[in-house]
Amino acid sequence: MPSLKDLRTRISSVKATQKITKAMQMVAAAKLRRAQASAEAARPYASRMNSVLVNLAESVVGSPAAPRLLSGTGNNKTHLLVVCTAERGLCGAFNSSIARLAREKALALMAEGKTVKIICVGKKGNDLLKRQFAKEIIEFVDLRSVRYIGFENADQIGRNIIARFDKGEFDVATLFFARFRSVIQQIPTALQIIPAVVPPKDPKAPVSLAAYDYEPDETAILASLLPRNISMQVFSALLENAASEQGARMSAMDSATRNAGDMIKKQTIKYNRQRQANITKELIEIISGAEAL
Amino acid sequence: MAGFTFELVSPEKLLFSGDVEEVVIPGTEGDFAVLKDHAPVISALRPGILSFKDSKGEKQTLFVRGGFADVSANTLIVLAEQAVPLADMNDQHFEHEVKLATEDLAAAQSEDARRLAAERLAQIETLRGVVRH
Repeated sequence: MPSLKDLRTRISSVKATQKITKAMQMVAAAKLRRAQASAEAARPYASRMNSVLVNLAESVVGSPAAPRLLSGTGNNKTHLLVVCTAERGLCGAFNSSIARLAREKALALMAEGKTVKIICVGKKGNDLLKRQFAKEIIEFVDLRSVRYIGFENADQIGRNIIARFDKGEFDVATLFFARFRSVIQQIPTALQIIPAVVPPKDPKAPVSLAAYDYEPDETAILASLLPRNISMQVFSALLENAASEQGARMSAMDSATRNAGDMIKKQTIKYNRQRQANITKELIEIISGAEAL
Repeated sequence: MAGFTFELVSPEKLLFSGDVEEVVIPGTEGDFAVLKDHAPVISALRPGILSFKDSKGEKQTLFVRGGFADVSANTLIVLAEQAVPLADMNDQHFEHEVKLATEDLAAAQSEDARRLAAERLAQIETLRGVVRH
């Protein structure tokens, strides 16, 4: 049976923890708002770029002049997995669910006899994967020093991926991140970026494309658009991730705060009972002592 | 005079969206102006100055780098990797741009890429000269 003093320290330490989780939840809520705003701000660019890409890709697909970033290398042997996770923990299952998705994919590919290479963006993913895939991880991009992700960070990663592709280090690249659905729902997603997957054209879109003039020609525009598109996809993945991370942390900290509250309630009841028992015991001792006289 | 819809977007945000009368765009093959009922065209951008008049008739100029202009059905969409109001451009920005261009030049492998990178560096240097005076 813990003594009264033990119970008192236990209650006060849980109270301190509750204060911390409460503060973390509020910080995450504030950061989430900003992360969501910047994820939304990036959306018009991505959607416009996509529509230009769809128009262009249609006209070159199948032709031998199609750039390799669009048509692929023709091989399917070496896969590059770009795993984007958070830099910090304490955000529920956020990091582990992305890592799990990447791990499953890597194991499936290896079982098929394919070579797997991994680039980790974010410390937590690296921590989770390095034990199992120490040989496969070829690079670890650290974004800890970056407070707000800018396009430049994503562009650097994008350029890095393309440089490796040009050197023939891999055939297919897939991006792993968590798509932000709501505060309580983040969906780990795998997105193939090389060769580029061109979404089917919206049949409702106006068909006035034949009349387009291209300056310079289509292939030149496509050649400069595709690398940008990859950087952009990395960028939006990082932004989605940032929003998801804060959302996950917010709900994780919310339930931690609630748990701490329950714990305090239980411990307080226990403490009061114990105190009452002690008082009763002392009274009995005094009374029976007096009666004995 | 009737205008047309113009949107300027960078990866970070939508910089401008609204009706304008005329936009001058620095295309890779030369500057061109877009007016109402322009023929549909997609053009790549070179680092340069984009200028337009907003609905109040105020002229705005921005430095843009890397991207595309897409003109169709009386809508102009400019996707720029970077867009900074010219008034906000300072030496630091230029230093950064020069550094980027120099890196590209050093990394260029083919003859064509080297030529393009060298051109870009020259353009930025000229721009810097123009803005300073």
